[in-house]
Amino acid sequence: MRNPRWLSAALNQAATIGVTLLGLLILTFVIGRIMPVDPVRAIVGEEATREVYMNVYQQLGLDKPMWQQFLFYLRDVATLDFGTSLRTGQPVLDDILHVLPATIELATFAIVIGAGIGIPLGVLAAVNKDRWQDHAIRVFSLMGHSMPIFWTGMIGLLVFYAALGWVGGAGRMSQFYIGLVPDRTGFLLIDSALAGEWEVFRSAVNHLILPAALLGYSSSAYITRMTRSFMLDQINQEYVTTARVKGLSERKTIWSHAFGNIKVQLVTIVALAYGALLEGAVLIETVFAWPGFGQYLTSTLRMGDMNALMTCVLLVGVIFIALNLLSDLLYRVFDPRTR
Amino acid sequence: MLHSETGRAGARLRLPQGLSAFGNILKFLWKSPTSAFGLIVLGFLIATALLGPLLAPYDPYAQDLQNTLQAPSTAHWFGTDELGRDILSRLLFGAAITLRIIFLVTIVVGPIGMAVGTIAGYFGGRVDTVLMRITDIFLSFPSLILALAFVAALGPSLNNAIIAIALTAWPPIARLARAETLTFRKADYISAARLQGASSARIIWKSIVPMCLPSVMIRLTLNMATVILTAAGLGFLGLGAQPPMPEWGAMIATGRRYMIDSWWLVTFPGLAILTVSLAFNLLGDGLRDALDPKQMNRR
Repeated sequence: MRNPRWLSAALNQAATIGVTLLGLLILTFVIGRIMPVDPVRAIVGEEATREVYMNVYQQLGLDKPMWQQFLFYLRDVATLDFGTSLRTGQPVLDDILHVLPATIELATFAIVIGAGIGIPLGVLAAVNKDRWQDHAIRVFSLMGHSMPIFWTGMIGLLVFYAALGWVGGAGRMSQFYIGLVPDRTGFLLIDSALAGEWEVFRSAVNHLILPAALLGYSSSAYITRMTRSFMLDQINQEYVTTARVKGLSERKTIWSHAFGNIKVQLVTIVALAYGALLEGAVLIETVFAWPGFGQYLTSTLRMGDMNALMTCVLLVGVIFIALNLLSDLLYRVFDPRTR
Repeated sequence: MLHSETGRAGARLRLPQGLSAFGNILKFLWKSPTSAFGLIVLGFLIATALLGPLLAPYDPYAQDLQNTLQAPSTAHWFGTDELGRDILSRLLFGAAITLRIIFLVTIVVGPIGMAVGTIAGYFGGRVDTVLMRITDIFLSFPSLILALAFVAALGPSLNNAIIAIALTAWPPIARLARAETLTFRKADYISAARLQGASSARIIWKSIVPMCLPSVMIRLTLNMATVILTAAGLGFLGLGAQPPMPEWGAMIATGRRYMIDSWWLVTFPGLAILTVSLAFNLLGDGLRDALDPKQMNRR
């Protein structure tokens, strides 16, 4: 506020977000309109009379011109009315809020694993640039980036569940425990801990670990690459040479000097990787029968459930915009040079 | 008349240079073991796609209900599927489908991205703002999810999957072409062409597009791994190539039901996807190094 330049930048950004959101809404609206599903038939059924059909047709506003329909859509979205899912008969928003915690739980574990693998490997690769460690890490992380995650999921189930029995199979917990823990937050680990059901908690961790590890591995590729290039930028700078010359141990030079300076950049990268996990989640949830957002999305696709699909796409877009904004803000807050 | 002469002379000067640069890049790539692996796999993929029908020991669609779900053996190297079809033959035919997806996506995405990017970069101002806002909207989605939505709208089929992937893959190309255009839109030879009275369309087509081409081509190569994984993901979800077709992702989807007892049904198609996408990633990584001037000089 003190700084008018800062304010105008913020206003500019707000305008950009507004325009992007509007574009997003146009996009979902268009997708909804070109879908080969008759929304009226879906509501009234195949045997409805012409009269009933026309009634609903008008109720939905389909007789109005396109731009007016779009305004109706905007009004509905503004009031958080996303319509009813044709598949479940519930309001779409309730459905999504119900499945989202499962995905957030999975994605959060995955990003912890992904950052836990990716950041140290990236630093290691940068420190050993062009040596065998660098090449090995490069191949390892590109491998994670190249694997079709739905396939790795199946192979993981075959090896670690069917053959070795180390982890739980499909689903969020053993069939045996379903319904045992009251649904308070939707996050199974938190719910079971609150209820003091440690058996359920263990079962949940057992089922979570494999899909989360695979998702995390696939996202670690990006984190490794970025960490490596950030570190390389730092290592070549003079203050690092100074630190070495004055006799600081190599470990201290790398971890407290160079690494300290890339923390902000890393946070923004991890935030973006977190959003990208949604993509892998769609596929891996199908393989692991994980009752989350990804599975909800794919089943709406199969059913041609227009309202649910439009809302899912919109939600993913909004999450992405929000994460981009967040990483931008983090940058501004923590990095004094950007002010 | 005059400007067309300069345009042609420019093209004549650039072409041999471009070719020798291409040769240098290949040589550079060949020296690194990882990108050499990428080159070999790519060559193998193209050869398989072209010669698949000759190499395949069986008809990929021929059912043999006497020999369903056979484990790998000398008769069927990679085993047979639930309808007794030879998996190796299906994989070999699938290579052509994969290559077709990559090829079609690339020839759609390249021109679209190039057109949007060069126009935005050349005209600047409001045109730039509008075009880049549209690009950003498409960029604000993970590509698979946007592709899913498009396929749902268009109906599931291989061609619609290709269209959907193309619709989601152009924004990075457009951004790149715009950035490239911005670096030389103020260059003297562009001003010269303008002073001679060349139209904007002509300047973009004759002077700007050829300059953007190399970096756009590289970016397209880098994208191919993502294209393969997205296509396979769509196939797996039943939204891409439809079942009798030997598309690798779709093969995994049908094999999934028999996975516990017949591991070979999902293992081999998955390995094929992994190998090809890893090859493109390694190749892209090598290309990035090859075009980084600092790297070029050191080796």
